[in-house]
Amino acid sequence: MADRYIEPVTADLRERWGSFAFTPAWEEKAKAAIARYPDGRQKSAVMALLDYAQRQVGEETNTQGWLPIPVMEYVAAYLDMPVIRVVEVATFYTMYNLVPVGRFHVQVCGTTPCWLRGSDEVMETCKKRGMKKGHTTEDGLWTLTEVECMGNCASAPMVQINDDNYEDLTGERLDVVLDALAAGKSPKAGTQEPGRHTVEPVGGPTTLTAMVDANHDYRGEW
Amino acid sequence: MPTVKVDGQEIEVPAGATVLQACELAGKEIPRFCYHERLSIAGNCRMCLVEVKPGPPKPQASCALPATEGQEIRTDSEMVKKAREGVMEFLLINHPLDCPICDQGGECDLQDQSMAYGRGATRYDENKRAVTEKYMGPLIKTTMTRCIHCTRCVRFSEEIAGVDEIGALYRGENMQITTYLEHAAKHELSANVIDLCPVGALTSRPYAFEARPWELKKTLGIDVMDAMGANIRIDSRGREVLRALPRVNDDVNEEWLSDKSRYAVDGLTRRRLDKVWIRKPKKNGQGKLEAATWDEAFKKIKAVKPGKDIAAVYGDLLDCETMFAAKALLGAMGSTLIEGRQTGMTYDTSNLAAVNFNTTLAEIENADAVLIVGSQIRHEAPLLNVRLRKAVKRGAKVFIVGPEWETTYPATFLGNDLGVLNSLSADVTDAFGKAERPAIIVGGAALGRGALGKALALAKEWNVVREGWNGFNSLHFSASRMGGLMLGLAQKGGMADLVAAKPKVLLALGADEVDFTQFPDALKVFIGHHGDKGAHAADIILPAAAYTEKAGTYVNIEGRVQRSEKAVFAPGDAREDWTILRALADALGVKVGFDSFDQLRAAMFANTPALANEGLADLGGELPAGGGDASGIIEAYPVADFYLTNAICRASPTMQRCSAELLHGEPLAEAAE
Repeated sequence: MADRYIEPVTADLRERWGSFAFTPAWEEKAKAAIARYPDGRQKSAVMALLDYAQRQVGEETNTQGWLPIPVMEYVAAYLDMPVIRVVEVATFYTMYNLVPVGRFHVQVCGTTPCWLRGSDEVMETCKKRGMKKGHTTEDGLWTLTEVECMGNCASAPMVQINDDNYEDLTGERLDVVLDALAAGKSPKAGTQEPGRHTVEPVGGPTTLTAMVDANHDYRGEW
Repeated sequence: MPTVKVDGQEIEVPAGATVLQACELAGKEIPRFCYHERLSIAGNCRMCLVEVKPGPPKPQASCALPATEGQEIRTDSEMVKKAREGVMEFLLINHPLDCPICDQGGECDLQDQSMAYGRGATRYDENKRAVTEKYMGPLIKTTMTRCIHCTRCVRFSEEIAGVDEIGALYRGENMQITTYLEHAAKHELSANVIDLCPVGALTSRPYAFEARPWELKKTLGIDVMDAMGANIRIDSRGREVLRALPRVNDDVNEEWLSDKSRYAVDGLTRRRLDKVWIRKPKKNGQGKLEAATWDEAFKKIKAVKPGKDIAAVYGDLLDCETMFAAKALLGAMGSTLIEGRQTGMTYDTSNLAAVNFNTTLAEIENADAVLIVGSQIRHEAPLLNVRLRKAVKRGAKVFIVGPEWETTYPATFLGNDLGVLNSLSADVTDAFGKAERPAIIVGGAALGRGALGKALALAKEWNVVREGWNGFNSLHFSASRMGGLMLGLAQKGGMADLVAAKPKVLLALGADEVDFTQFPDALKVFIGHHGDKGAHAADIILPAAAYTEKAGTYVNIEGRVQRSEKAVFAPGDAREDWTILRALADALGVKVGFDSFDQLRAAMFANTPALANEGLADLGGELPAGGGDASGIIEAYPVADFYLTNAICRASPTMQRCSAELLHGEPLAEAAE
């Protein structure tokens, strides 16, 4: 968090991104996002448009995507709003990347529940592959970020990689996931605990057991 | 009108008032940082917490809470005291303890309020947050580590200035205030954020480390950099004016001041004329100026024996007293050749209502359709631009005739051909037909091209003068213009009349914009304070006082008579202008009828009674009928360089730097620190 910064605007950056424009596919989505708001309130669509722009940048660079300043300027012009207001939004939300990221953006949760359940080991596994917090590996594959709680405390520890969560991790399980990703496969998202589907109690339910097979009215037993 | 109880005292407050305003009405002081009367409510500093019943059992931010019937507000309870101490402690966690080296020291809201409402000792021994320096241009010095995130500067630039350039990036503890990509703040009111900043995060760059507020002598003055007559406080130490700050006057400048008015004061100590100079004759071309005495200079003027062949031209920065003294002197000599429209501009001045800003600055906010003819408002009257922006926010439509400029509100440009006034398009006529409070503003670029008559005709057609509303305005940009016109100091043909009269002596009273080559045979006597264009062309230079160095009467564009006081003494041999003219009268052997400043003022009031009372002068009379067709192309506006419009600005290093960097895009030359 604290080390978020805006990529410096150089002539090269302007050259590379100065002519950015939505592709027809993203443009259609952008128009739909703007259409959700009343006339003259098109600025409200800024978050959606920044996301689309980031994704399009991702497609063009074969990475997770980020928001160079010229792209933010494009979005500002698209929505007829001051650039500084767009930059404010982009810098506020951590899901907008302000600097280039790799093919996979590995966001390791380090908040207390994940930490107690072994996020240190998860972090170590990442670091063994050459990842460094806030940096992209030289092969352009991985970007590592430590983030705060992502709301998966019941299946801690977890990482979010691009748009998917991988939960119930250990060092080995994360290795499997990362290997699969590096090989171009799509590993199963969600919990990595064998036999677990989502965040149900491990080893079978301990409460509301009577409701497992059929509905049961507990109210008489209160 | 809800009735609330503040600390047991029952008061009635206006509908829509906030709890904070209710407390103020009851005479209770509520500490605050983010709340400002002229900005939108943010509610993010939490310093204004009070206890309110009914409501949740916790302190509430009074700035953002509407006062409602039957509220019981306490500002003196234990809960409020603890809340204030707590908020103050949090604010101070990341605020550096650098008051001894901070320019805000002594006039800092945080300092004052921590003394009044803080705990007195710190319990915090962790590392403090540090924030990288930001660049905000040649006027604003930043020390962002001191920022407490009140966002007043952000709201000012968005709401008042209308130039969205300051923003709050990142979030939470890492929030940082910055301009977009650290570009310089580029508008005419940018330095007002310095006054708004409650801490020392944004301070004045030219004034950095100059003085402490308690060392300064404060004098009430009137600004002369434009014709708005902004109320200023002149802060001086010894013989030097160190800064000019706005005073609150809701009728004129609210509490804003343009950057030029604020920062041109460092020009007051540079390129000053502090000696009498006489040009020695030379066969070819101009001779050299040589220092002389007053006596020699007066003798030389007397030797010309001007008789009634004497003329005067007055500059943009003059006070009414000087102009009247000149009028009296010329009158005693038998001449009436005095003119102030230095560049040769002419327009009919027989009816002052036609050349006045009749709507008044405060009222123009209520206009609902505005036609601006030939004025770059942002450069000619930045404070008026703020008012127009307010009008547009309330729904006014603005149409502009003239070359395009960057407005801070939606406006329609009708092209730069004045001829467009003869056949206005349907949307303009529709807007004015429907408008309840239509206004026309005729600027300098149009006045000089004879568009006044057509504008008056349009005023009649659209009936802009109606019950309780006068929508016809002329916009000048010389502080001396309305005063001069009220004193009757204008020729029908403008400067051309003076040229045609071929005067033997031409008195140039701080006149720097005149083309003096039009007067090859005249003895040119420059009475002024800066060695600028006027002094360059002069044969005799008599050093005079600048606006901070003399008491004076000024009339702003709306005909508001205001008086300015003397802050410092003029340097060297320089004298107050009227004394020079009085002495000249003696030298020429005529009587002007006054021997002291008080007598001069009395004579001036007798001559022009409207100047006797401060406040809006009654310029009387209906608008003249006007008529005729407008024609001509406005190639450019009269103010070519906003930061260098008069001799004081041109002498000011700060203004030169602003001009170079902000208008001409030269990179900042800064010594390594």
